[in-house]
Amino acid sequence: MAEMTIKKRPKNLDLTTIQLPLPGKVSILHRVSGAGLFLCLPVILWLFSASLTSADTFAVFKSVFASLPAKIVMAGLIWAFIHHFCAGIRFLLLDMHVGIEKEAARKSAAAVLAVSIPLTLILWGVLL
Amino acid sequence: MIQRNVVGAHYGLIDWIAQRATAIIMAVYTVIIGAVLLVVRPGGFEAWQGIFANGFIKFVTFLFFVSLFYHAWIGVRDIWMDYVKPTGLRLTLHVVTLAALVGYAAWAAAILWRL
Repeated sequence: MAEMTIKKRPKNLDLTTIQLPLPGKVSILHRVSGAGLFLCLPVILWLFSASLTSADTFAVFKSVFASLPAKIVMAGLIWAFIHHFCAGIRFLLLDMHVGIEKEAARKSAAAVLAVSIPLTLILWGVLL
Repeated sequence: MIQRNVVGAHYGLIDWIAQRATAIIMAVYTVIIGAVLLVVRPGGFEAWQGIFANGFIKFVTFLFFVSLFYHAWIGVRDIWMDYVKPTGLRLTLHVVTLAALVGYAAWAAAILWRL
């Protein structure tokens, strides 16, 4: 009986041929940024600890930001936080049934990127 | 409107709500600490440490960290559940994730309460 009800539906999970719509891209970037932030938690906590322990460790904390590779990693973390923040607010609004129509959802996904990318660049300019 | 009776132990619903509640706590904290930094404009170590030595800031910063680790647990667990199918490996990853996050919470408390 169960076998009879299984329909042969077309399935395409080939990531090289799938073109995600913008909300799909914002969604997967939400997951990627969250995973990246999680993996960097030890670094973030170490930096936070160094910045608060003593004047000497504070100097170490500041010197970390001086090298270019560290600046790039920090820029990545800033982007991850801001993207996760902006996309998260969008998901909270969707949860409350705000902007769930296709057009509105595509516009809000574009808005997330329109806010998160410039904000990342601004914060990079201010902090790094 | 679809009416459904929620059955079971409601773990899924509790986690779903917790993920959103912790998100809101972290978002509010981000705005508060951003405003504090804009007003105080700490130039060096003394001023920076002074901000987090304040009892209220210490409390809300710890609340932020606890929310962060709970939020991360739900999110990372979802990632393992989506992509890791072998039960033994998935269980191991869950335990490692939980252990790391509990350790981070203790670390965050130690950083803040030695100030």
